[in-house]
Amino acid sequence: MMEPVKHEWPLYEVFVRSKRGLNHVHVGSLHAADDQMAIHHARDLYTRRNEGVSIWVVKAADITASSPDEKDPFFAPSADKVYRHPTFYDIPDNVPHM
Amino acid sequence: MTTQLSEEDLERHFERTVEHDLRLEPRDWVPDGYRKTMIRQIAQHAHSEIIGMQPEGNWITRAPSLRRKAILLAKVQDEAGHGLYLYSAAETLGADRGDLTERLISGRQKYSSIFNYPTLTFADVGVIGWLVDGAAICNQVPLCRCSYGPYARAMIRICKEESFHQRQGYELLMTMMRGTEAQRRMVQDATNRWWWPSLMMFGPPDGDSPNTAQSMAWKIKRHTNDELRQRFVDMTVPQAEALGVTLPDPELTWNAERGHYDFGEIDWSEFKEVLRGNGPCNAQRVAHRKAAHDDGAWVREAAAAHARKVRETA
Repeated sequence: MMEPVKHEWPLYEVFVRSKRGLNHVHVGSLHAADDQMAIHHARDLYTRRNEGVSIWVVKAADITASSPDEKDPFFAPSADKVYRHPTFYDIPDNVPHM
Repeated sequence: MTTQLSEEDLERHFERTVEHDLRLEPRDWVPDGYRKTMIRQIAQHAHSEIIGMQPEGNWITRAPSLRRKAILLAKVQDEAGHGLYLYSAAETLGADRGDLTERLISGRQKYSSIFNYPTLTFADVGVIGWLVDGAAICNQVPLCRCSYGPYARAMIRICKEESFHQRQGYELLMTMMRGTEAQRRMVQDATNRWWWPSLMMFGPPDGDSPNTAQSMAWKIKRHTNDELRQRFVDMTVPQAEALGVTLPDPELTWNAERGHYDFGEIDWSEFKEVLRGNGPCNAQRVAHRKAAHDDGAWVREAAAAHARKVRETA
């Protein structure tokens, strides 16, 4: 009989800053026993070819995400405020630097 | 302010996303069939990368120079990395990592039949890079546009790295072809053994590939098996000429009318036998993977125990 192969190590999401001046970007996930191991694994897995200068890892269970099911109402407030965009305002062509 | 979308709305959203060539992302609703197909494909792909470490890993200690050892070590490490990117993508669909490992070592999930062939000489390392990784690239480049976002992103990363794999293999073979007569014979022998299995990597012929139509409708696949196989043959023939080896197919000829190379009939009975578990190395590959997993159990447990202890004393 085969014993179950259960993974006890939690899942971490990995974010990498590819170079100075840019934001960290999500690149994938990995399993690790603790935060330190997650950082080491992230280096070995996601930055084998100079892909990063800084890494963040965070337990996947600690991330709160918006739900795609409610996406229309959730993001609606950003769609109905056209006055947040510069193009909302009419400025005569002869006004410079605006 | 939450409104529950109906099943029909969700399905319409899924279909629109696919139709407009947008990507599906982890928490999107997808039909069960799509999820199952995607998990199976990504898992088999991940298993292939992991098992794929073995035929070449076998040669790391015996590679003829420090340079070749370093290259091979980096390549095999990449294969491990590819497997992990893909397991990570499969998990975004709800698959469990431990369960996937269990399915591989119990033989319930498959991996690419190519890795069930042995690597008899060092020339095999070169030919694997050239033909096997070449075929993999052919298969994988269109997958960079697969409708499932995490899989497509993993493929982009993998394709970038595969290019190194193919070039190191071809360079290795060029070096051997400039060597002794015996070395040239080794390259030809390895080419003879790997050519047909490489063509089988694209899967059964279109008439015998029942899942292709659905996968193409869902934009998981972008080309049929036979289209990709033809593309690979067309790319490889001039590479073989430049290398100075003969591809072991007397029927391989340029067809000006089609604008493609014609090639001989593939022995699909061999393919089916290998898939069924009767290839030269099937048992050995799975046994080795299982042993590695079992031998590593104490490390996983110790690390988990250490993490627990640190947490409790913090």
